[in-house]
Amino acid sequence: MSDATAPPAAPLAVELLVRSHRLRLFELAPWLVAVAAYGLFPDYLSLGSQILIGVVFSLSLDLILGYAGIVTLGQAAFFGAGAYTAGLLAAHGWGEPLSGLVAAGIIAAILGFLSGAIILRTQGLTLLMLTLMISFMVQEAANKAGAVTGGADGLQGMEVWPVLGLFRFDLLGRTAYLYCLAVLFLVWLAARRIVHSPFGRSLTGIRENEARMHAIGSPVFRRRLTIYTIAAALAGVAGALLAETTQFVALEVLSFERSGAGLIMLIIGGVGRLYGPFIGVPLYMVAQDRFAQADPVYWDFWIGLLLILVVVFARGGLLGFVEQLWRKLRKTP
Amino acid sequence: MSAAVSIAFHGLAYAMVLYLISVGLSVTMGLMGFVNLAHGVFAAAGGYVMTRLINGYGVPFPLAVAAAFLAVGAGSIVLERALYRRLYGADELSQVLMSVGLIFMSVASAKFLWGPLAQPMSPPGYLSGQLDLGFRTFPTYRSFLILAGAMLVTLLWLGLERTRFGARIRAAVDNRRMAQSIGINTSLLFTWTFALGSALAALGGALGAEILAIDPGYALEHLIYFLIVVAVGGLGSIKGPFFAALLLGIADTGFKYLLPEFGAFFIYALTLGLLLWRPRGLFGRA
Repeated sequence: MSDATAPPAAPLAVELLVRSHRLRLFELAPWLVAVAAYGLFPDYLSLGSQILIGVVFSLSLDLILGYAGIVTLGQAAFFGAGAYTAGLLAAHGWGEPLSGLVAAGIIAAILGFLSGAIILRTQGLTLLMLTLMISFMVQEAANKAGAVTGGADGLQGMEVWPVLGLFRFDLLGRTAYLYCLAVLFLVWLAARRIVHSPFGRSLTGIRENEARMHAIGSPVFRRRLTIYTIAAALAGVAGALLAETTQFVALEVLSFERSGAGLIMLIIGGVGRLYGPFIGVPLYMVAQDRFAQADPVYWDFWIGLLLILVVVFARGGLLGFVEQLWRKLRKTP
Repeated sequence: MSAAVSIAFHGLAYAMVLYLISVGLSVTMGLMGFVNLAHGVFAAAGGYVMTRLINGYGVPFPLAVAAAFLAVGAGSIVLERALYRRLYGADELSQVLMSVGLIFMSVASAKFLWGPLAQPMSPPGYLSGQLDLGFRTFPTYRSFLILAGAMLVTLLWLGLERTRFGARIRAAVDNRRMAQSIGINTSLLFTWTFALGSALAALGGALGAEILAIDPGYALEHLIYFLIVVAVGGLGSIKGPFFAALLLGIADTGFKYLLPEFGAFFIYALTLGLLLWRPRGLFGRA
């Protein structure tokens, strides 16, 4: 019963680790804003749904890019696969939205698993190219299989049933907004759970030092494939949300532009922080709504400039910038 | 038979353009390890300089092409010193994002300055029309493209194999630290190589304006083809991209001619297969 038999605890380290996944006050902020926006801007709810869907998509990118360090330019393949799955189901007589989401997630996950199993063995530029090739192939297939997907005209004739049999999708987009918000909340819970789990920690390890993770016996390839599949499923769910709330699927859901925009929004917010999408997506999409309609040329120019500035001067995005500022302020009281 | 000749001919002309544009990208990627998605911007800039000079000021074709080569080469030196240099050795993601930002800015600028439409490109009188080779006729301009491309390729290979500058580049690609320690100024070498690569891209963009139309979206639309040439050819190689460009040019022309209902699907599938088989490209270093 002497103190000598007690395990040599490292209280500070343990405290730090436990503290990192305790729920903190600021984590409530996005949800408060989202709920407040529902009451404050009843005319902008369809833009609101687009933003929520964008956050889900961007979050899926954050998991593979920010945590596992896999640079992909083809995430839209999974977004689009989910959108077409939900869309085709609803167009062929099964418009139940929740099961549509699940089906979309499963199909996207299968696509993610199969493609990931092949391409994740490579690295660097080759991996980048392969993610691009997969998404271009899927897009070209959807484009040319016009009989099934509607091709360049888009998939028409979707009929989505009320959510839970109770809430019809209304013209003002109230149901759509709340539906997207609920799904985003669940996705966020799952993502948060994943990154704070031992599995999530080992992903960060792989990102930081892959050779070392190999050396300590971590199944690097399997871990990367797992997170790639999970992220594909989440992207698929985001795609299905878009299809169900707009009752239409355009070829654009599979485009390189969509992969790129998701990436840009994530970078502007801050990568590898789980909250980057919550900052970057609303900022980007609200600004786009304000400025891009008036003059898309200027919009492209400023977004390009912003990207370069972020990369050269603020690598952590807006959140990283705030974090640095905060640290400086605390150091020099 | 005549279809096969057509495919080979047009594929070859297309391949020359692809090679001229992409070879600089391959060398800069191999030399600096920089994933420069904005390489097509230089090709587009070359095309714009040439078409503006010809259509706007009546400058003769050869002079306009030379001006495109020099102007873009000079401009790229400024960009390399001001921007690219900061991100050597940075992670891929930063490089990808920086170059995507550059593409966006260039697309917007081109739209602002010269409007959304493609720039009309008409070859000079002595290069238009048909060339009669006895057994059949070929478009003169494309024959000229093939010939000019072949000459440039030979010149490039000789330059890299036989000159001191070429030897320095090869040394730096093989082992940058060793090259540095025997007194090669790699920093300056990077700048010159970057400029040469960009100028070649401008040349490709200018000469190929008849095949790849010069419009604001150029750098983004054709990006995937330049990347395929480089990735399949192998980074840092001069010969690799040539064979990759040949393969892509002829295969793409062939597939679009014979199986138009599948579009570019097979090209992507072919690239996927090749990259899985040889992740470092056909001529990449293991």
